[in-house]
Amino acid sequence: MATYSYRIYVAGNRPESSRAVANLRALCEASVCGDYELEVVDVFHQPDRAEVARVMVTPTVIKLAPLPRRRVLGDLSDGRAAAAALGLPGPDEHCRRS
Amino acid sequence: MSPSGDGVAKLATGISGFDEVALGGLPATRTTLVSGTTGSGKTVFAGDFLAQGIRQFGQPGVFVTFEEGPDDIRANLASFGFDVARWEDEGMWAFVDASHQPDEDEEMVAGSYEFNALAARVRHAAETVGAKRVALDSLGVVFARFQDPAVVRLELTRVIAGLRDLHITAVLTVERTNEYGGVGRFGMEEFVADNVVILRNVIEDEKRRRTVEVLKFRGAPHRSGEFSFTIVPGSGISVLPSALITMGEPSSQERVSLGNADLDTMCGGGPYRDAVTFVSGPTGVGKTLAACTFLAAGVAAGERCLLQSFEETRDQVLRNAASWGIDLAEMERTGLLRIVSQYPEVASLEDHYVAMREVIQDFRPQRIAVDNLSALERVATQRGLRDFIIGLTAFLRQNQIASVFTAATSNLLSTESVTETNASTLTDIIVLLRYVEVAGTVRRAICVLKARASDQDRRIHEFTIDDRGLHIGEPFAGLSGILTGSVAQWPTGATIAPGGAGE
Repeated sequence: MATYSYRIYVAGNRPESSRAVANLRALCEASVCGDYELEVVDVFHQPDRAEVARVMVTPTVIKLAPLPRRRVLGDLSDGRAAAAALGLPGPDEHCRRS
Repeated sequence: MSPSGDGVAKLATGISGFDEVALGGLPATRTTLVSGTTGSGKTVFAGDFLAQGIRQFGQPGVFVTFEEGPDDIRANLASFGFDVARWEDEGMWAFVDASHQPDEDEEMVAGSYEFNALAARVRHAAETVGAKRVALDSLGVVFARFQDPAVVRLELTRVIAGLRDLHITAVLTVERTNEYGGVGRFGMEEFVADNVVILRNVIEDEKRRRTVEVLKFRGAPHRSGEFSFTIVPGSGISVLPSALITMGEPSSQERVSLGNADLDTMCGGGPYRDAVTFVSGPTGVGKTLAACTFLAAGVAAGERCLLQSFEETRDQVLRNAASWGIDLAEMERTGLLRIVSQYPEVASLEDHYVAMREVIQDFRPQRIAVDNLSALERVATQRGLRDFIIGLTAFLRQNQIASVFTAATSNLLSTESVTETNASTLTDIIVLLRYVEVAGTVRRAICVLKARASDQDRRIHEFTIDDRGLHIGEPFAGLSGILTGSVAQWPTGATIAPGGAGE
């Protein structure tokens, strides 16, 4: 299992949702190389999963690991703030080289 | 759903009395904002809206809760006799739990977002149960949790538009800070709802009063003004329909007896089966006797009779009646009479109203006497008492129950908030009982001031009371001013000069 694990709830191809997935991937690639898992849940297709997790807004990212769990709402457009909220370390030079 | 005057359809809520105020119900397939202060009954209204939909119309509903968790809502509504868990099992009720629990994950905002997840969940729940009704309760916490009000308004507008697409009729509750003032704290009404209902919990003359007011229905008629309501344990919200009842000609042609043949004659043949008779007079003049006489006649005719006393204890009532030769205890033993004695102070007026309705629905009396209304002034505002009388008399009429109400003052119904018009639409017969001082002795006078659709005796008669009850004698001759209390005697053989003092 990867060190970093996220589940992101999106709303189809809504711009905020697409941006959030792209931003999340980019942040993870830049800071923890490949050491992350990402599950995308589309609330339009799986509203019951949104219900179980009581997700109100899209996009919502749930940080499953490392603990503690945390929810980050929004399209993660402010990279620095988003990385901090997601518990990610700063950019890692090694990732870029590999 | 029924079309109203100009084509905007209404959905009957089934909330007791509310649809009469709303002239048929809430605008169908629209969302109505229900605004009120803390403790004004918003959540109960929302729950009652769904519960009555299921109970009375078989319409499934979705409860979207932003504040309390579903467990709390279930427990809260269970106290009104709503078995939400059973309805969930039956697929008639679904929750969308949008509450934010303290044990939940920490939440942070990083960038822009939409409420698509909420909208998708509401849609999913609505489609799953086939919802016709949705309640969203309540908005305040949403604004607290997502701190940009503009975003929240926009997103909620989207959720509500989604409900409209699904042809769902919805109520959305929102907090307000003051009983009188802006509709809601968050400017929601300008964005979301063309339809606004206000719930109030006000204190007037140190007495608590709950009211409901339809502020606006876009393109649909409704009654204006505040109407009293009560929240009844075991059944939910009950709105007193108040001054909106208009009365036509007596719908029943059957006459009943007031228990005294002479009094019946004075009233032009006794009240109609669905008539309301008011007996007013000062303390001790014989009002309670008139009420008991009326009930005794009912029992003698094999009718079920209810005596609601707000003034005396059961024992006092029995003792007084015995002194007039009326054996109420024996009548009770036959099962035809029920006596309910309650001091006004034990409950609010609205609760008394509801309690009386319950007794009436349980016992199904054909006659009822209420003795006496004036005692209720101790726990009621003027407006509240008027609503009570109007609501109760309308209910009695609908059920074809002949009634006698006693009142300690003649002007109970002519106070500032109750116009003559109101008084005359309220009652069918008004009987005045008075003390009269004549030549150093106090005597009793009786007069039928009004008898709807009947040819009453307009003269003022003397009456007496003994151990066989009430006896009506001859008209007072040669006296004037009896009703006002200042009696003057015409000189024997006096004649009135043309155009003189007679008028």
